[in-house]
Amino acid sequence: MNMIPETISFEQIIFLGLASLAVVAAFNLILQRNPIYSALSLIVTLCVTAALFVLLSAPFIAAIQIIVYAGAIMVLFVFVIMLLNIREEESRTDRQRYLKWLAPPLFLALVGQVFFVIRYVQSTPPIIPSPTDPNIHPAQSLGSAESIANSLFTEYVLPFEMTSVLILMAIVGSMLLARRGGKEEIERIEQALTADQPRAEEADRMELVGKE
Amino acid sequence: MSELLNSIDTRFIIESLIKIVIVFVIGLLSPLSMNWIERRLLALIQNRLGPNRVGPYGLFQSLADGIKFLFKEDIVPLAANRWLYTMAPVVAVVAAFMVGIVYPFGDKITLPYIGETTLYVTRFNVSLLYVLAMTSLAIYGIVLAGWGSNSKYSLLGGLRSSAQMISYELSLSLALIGAIIQAGSLDLVKIVQQQSGWGGFGWFVFFFQPLGFLIYLISAIAETNRVPFDLPEAETELVGGFHTEYSSSLKFAMLFMAEYVNMLTVSILATVVFLGGWNGPWAEGRPLLGLLYFFLKVGFFMFLYIWLRGTLPRFRYDQLMNFGWKVLLPLALLNIVISAVIGVIVY
Repeated sequence: MNMIPETISFEQIIFLGLASLAVVAAFNLILQRNPIYSALSLIVTLCVTAALFVLLSAPFIAAIQIIVYAGAIMVLFVFVIMLLNIREEESRTDRQRYLKWLAPPLFLALVGQVFFVIRYVQSTPPIIPSPTDPNIHPAQSLGSAESIANSLFTEYVLPFEMTSVLILMAIVGSMLLARRGGKEEIERIEQALTADQPRAEEADRMELVGKE
Repeated sequence: MSELLNSIDTRFIIESLIKIVIVFVIGLLSPLSMNWIERRLLALIQNRLGPNRVGPYGLFQSLADGIKFLFKEDIVPLAANRWLYTMAPVVAVVAAFMVGIVYPFGDKITLPYIGETTLYVTRFNVSLLYVLAMTSLAIYGIVLAGWGSNSKYSLLGGLRSSAQMISYELSLSLALIGAIIQAGSLDLVKIVQQQSGWGGFGWFVFFFQPLGFLIYLISAIAETNRVPFDLPEAETELVGGFHTEYSSSLKFAMLFMAEYVNMLTVSILATVVFLGGWNGPWAEGRPLLGLLYFFLKVGFFMFLYIWLRGTLPRFRYDQLMNFGWKVLLPLALLNIVISAVIGVIVY
């Protein structure tokens, strides 16, 4: 098994650059103490992974990766970090001491998985029609929107629909948790937001109490 | 090594580089020209004169402002996070310009000495999703600018903009789905080609997508933080919003540029997806006329932005959120259902 090819192609140079960037960003994500830097490193990792998907001729997955993970989920992460104004991670290492013993076996399992995937791919090189090939119907090629839709709505329709129900349940649950107080509370807030504002009189206004 | 060099298509690379430079220059010039047009038109609407000193009709005013941006002292607030404060405008401007490579200005054109070439830098089968991906990354520029400045006005502006852009991005993407169903493709060039029927008037805005177009238009204005949805930079509440601490230097210029290029992007997307791109009467086989139609349509949207700014007051924040989630989103979902039903019947 020759891991290092004698001639190196243009694509491989790009791959090596992107892959090393992804690894560096991933390390930075773990090593940073400031949560906002960690979040930003994760965004970089996600974007670079999307670029790697493009190299694997899966542009649809790449675009979805950026739209969903980098563009929506991570925005919410950054939003929450900004809203709560978490500056530095509090040192809670003493409380999570048991994690230290969990890390080595998990790491070994991950490395094992990676090696299994590498061996599997090398022993059976798959023949995949590329989406750029005009002679093949888009539904048969790998990574095109058509082929993903095809398998999503035929072969995997049950897991797909079950996931949507799960997400719906999560939405309803979060609404229930967030909705503190009864109907009166909500009405009071809405009143304060809209109706009372123009009718405010001098007695209603806020007053500074304390220093100065 | 020679194999590596042989694998590179020289003509393709040179052609692409030239096109990228052209698109980049268009991106650079659009804020300059738009800014002058905007100030003159606003002045006209508000019965003022507007900039009229630098050059004929004040034409070089934006250029003068640009030079001022370049040479002004660059101040970083002491309390700001220096790194994020500097990175934010870069992120904003890079995300804005990245979209340029899929702008489909036209189809094929035959030029003297060069031969046949295409009027876009590149096309691929999911270029519409690529545009959406890049515009969703544009949020980070504003959010990081707001947070990195470490000022309460900037922070509030940044928070507002992230909430607003997440909310309206949903209805924006859902509004596009109707047109995608009709075109049967995510490729921008193919979407335009689908609209070439009816003597160049087979635009999706006429055929089954008027509702989708309306939803897209409103969401696009909110997505680019323009009046009447410019809550992230509401002067009366937040001084300057997310760019309060940017002292008219090059960094401010970059944020400013990103905003205008984003406007250009959503205008081009509206033209391509709903108004038939380069299609128009007699444009079949005449790429230059198609190019003219394309820029006229984009220009109309840019004019609409200014027109709205001169006419409408700003929304209140709760109105904005209510409108986005309780009106636009259900309407966009309804539009998808209608489009799907029509799609099944017609095709």
